[in-house]
Amino acid sequence: MNLRPAVWAALATVLDPELDEPITELDFVETCTVSPDGVASVVLRLPTFFCAPNFSWLMVADAYDAVSAVPGVTRADVKLADHHAAAEINGGVAAQAGFVEAFSGQAVAELDELRKQFFRKAALAGQDRVAQPLVDAGAGPEDLAATTLGQLDPSPELDRMRKRRAALGLPHGDDAPLLIDAEGNAIPPEAVPLHLRRARLQRVGIETNGAYCKDLLKARYSHPATRTS
Amino acid sequence: MYEKDGEKYFIVDSHSHFWDASRENWKPGAEQYAKGWIDCFYGYHQLGPPETHWDYEKYLKVTPEDFERDMFIEGHVDYAIFQSTYLKEWYTNGFNTVDQNAQLLERFGDRLIVNGRFDPRDGDEGLKQLEADVAKYHLKGVKLYTAEWNGDSRGYKLSDPEAYRFLQAAQDLGIKNIHVHKGPTIWPLDKDAFDVADVDHAATDFPDLNFIVEHVGLPRIEDFCFMAVQEPNVYAGLSVVIGGLMHARPKFFAKVMGELMFWVGEDKMLFGGDYNIWTPKWQIEGFVDWQMPDEDQFSDYSKLTTATKKKILGLNAAKLYDIPVPPELQLPTTADEPAAPGQELVDNTAGPRA
Repeated sequence: MNLRPAVWAALATVLDPELDEPITELDFVETCTVSPDGVASVVLRLPTFFCAPNFSWLMVADAYDAVSAVPGVTRADVKLADHHAAAEINGGVAAQAGFVEAFSGQAVAELDELRKQFFRKAALAGQDRVAQPLVDAGAGPEDLAATTLGQLDPSPELDRMRKRRAALGLPHGDDAPLLIDAEGNAIPPEAVPLHLRRARLQRVGIETNGAYCKDLLKARYSHPATRTS
Repeated sequence: MYEKDGEKYFIVDSHSHFWDASRENWKPGAEQYAKGWIDCFYGYHQLGPPETHWDYEKYLKVTPEDFERDMFIEGHVDYAIFQSTYLKEWYTNGFNTVDQNAQLLERFGDRLIVNGRFDPRDGDEGLKQLEADVAKYHLKGVKLYTAEWNGDSRGYKLSDPEAYRFLQAAQDLGIKNIHVHKGPTIWPLDKDAFDVADVDHAATDFPDLNFIVEHVGLPRIEDFCFMAVQEPNVYAGLSVVIGGLMHARPKFFAKVMGELMFWVGEDKMLFGGDYNIWTPKWQIEGFVDWQMPDEDQFSDYSKLTTATKKKILGLNAAKLYDIPVPPELQLPTTADEPAAPGQELVDNTAGPRA
């Protein structure tokens, strides 16, 4: 059985926590192979040698977990290439150690809160992605404040926003308001314009950062002088 | 000075360097970090127009003659402000120290401003050093890295009591401008160094100091904007914004500029060319020619006027640094004045959409 498509699909569930995009779409997967006896070997790469170790760790650890869970995979071998902390990250993830243990003396906190912080940002940016078409179609503050998720047409953006909210324990069912603040409270009509401004700024921030990372990755892996592997 | 279509622009480049990343300066045993660091910068360099790209070897270290040509002769820059970056663990003589910068001061002292540094964790010794640096270089500004390790400390906040002691001392010594690096950090590894809440506190408690957040907090521009809208003495340093986005990602550049114009305003945005990540020439010429696109997705964003561009490219920074501007190039700006914050935004009442 060819397991590679299943392994690739598993990798597609792994997000860059800050950019909120799958690592497969960001071109962070350098190679992905599966041997006949079920050993999945994955090499990840990032836009720079100094990409933050905490985000890098999350991606390698999540990839390891996702690939290990694919039925038929007997062992996952996930490695990060060309990175200043590659040895600690690769060794720590393979040994199933925590971040703090892998970086003994250099880190004191695990990364759950960091991940949550980015889910909160993604949940806010998602409100702009979902609400923008309604605004373009003429919806005003009263309409938007009264809109619930169940009233919206299905879309990948809506699914994505629901998932981020669910991960944070925020309202995400059909009766949940489209527009909510960081605590999950509905936004009153008079506060809708500025709330949407904030949501759009959040989206611009995340997407600009993503554009930057993609450009740096492309520059890094197309220029011979900076190819360090 | 740059002139286009009969308009004259006084140019202050508020964020530039004169670094030594030559192989001879890579510290033995730390070569991979020294190379990794400059390779990151070289990656950013590729985001400029292809015709401005340099050979890697030239990029490692420029000469004073290169600097003079790229900044002052071809680059239109009237005044440049130097920021320092030490990195002595990786570069034997440091990457970009005050002393290196000061070499150029001897040659171009009438057009260069060297900013200093301090670290509140250095205590009384640090205060003495700051006094000595002010006496020697007549500092009007400092650049601070709040996420740096120092002994057992994993970084500090501008709102710490020791930091307040230094901010007060800096103010008493005549320093007005506090440039704060809020951006990627390498160590400590688990630290999220982008949090700008401490700038918020310090800016409130030191209303006579100006706080310039470099790289506008990228990649967390939203955190910066939410904070800056409430503080009249917080400024957006545009280094990396123009260089990294204007050519490579014009649509994102337009959105970022639109957001900054809305949340921060044209009197509180400062051009920084980030030499020699990029040269200033194409950035200045491109920005003067640039305009917010007409497409629907940008319709909420304001257009830039010639006055907007003049202020961003130099007049705002000139005011912060008391740089003399020829009268025919001058325009009024509220930079360096206690302008009212965007109260309507804080109160949740503004916003043109919906």
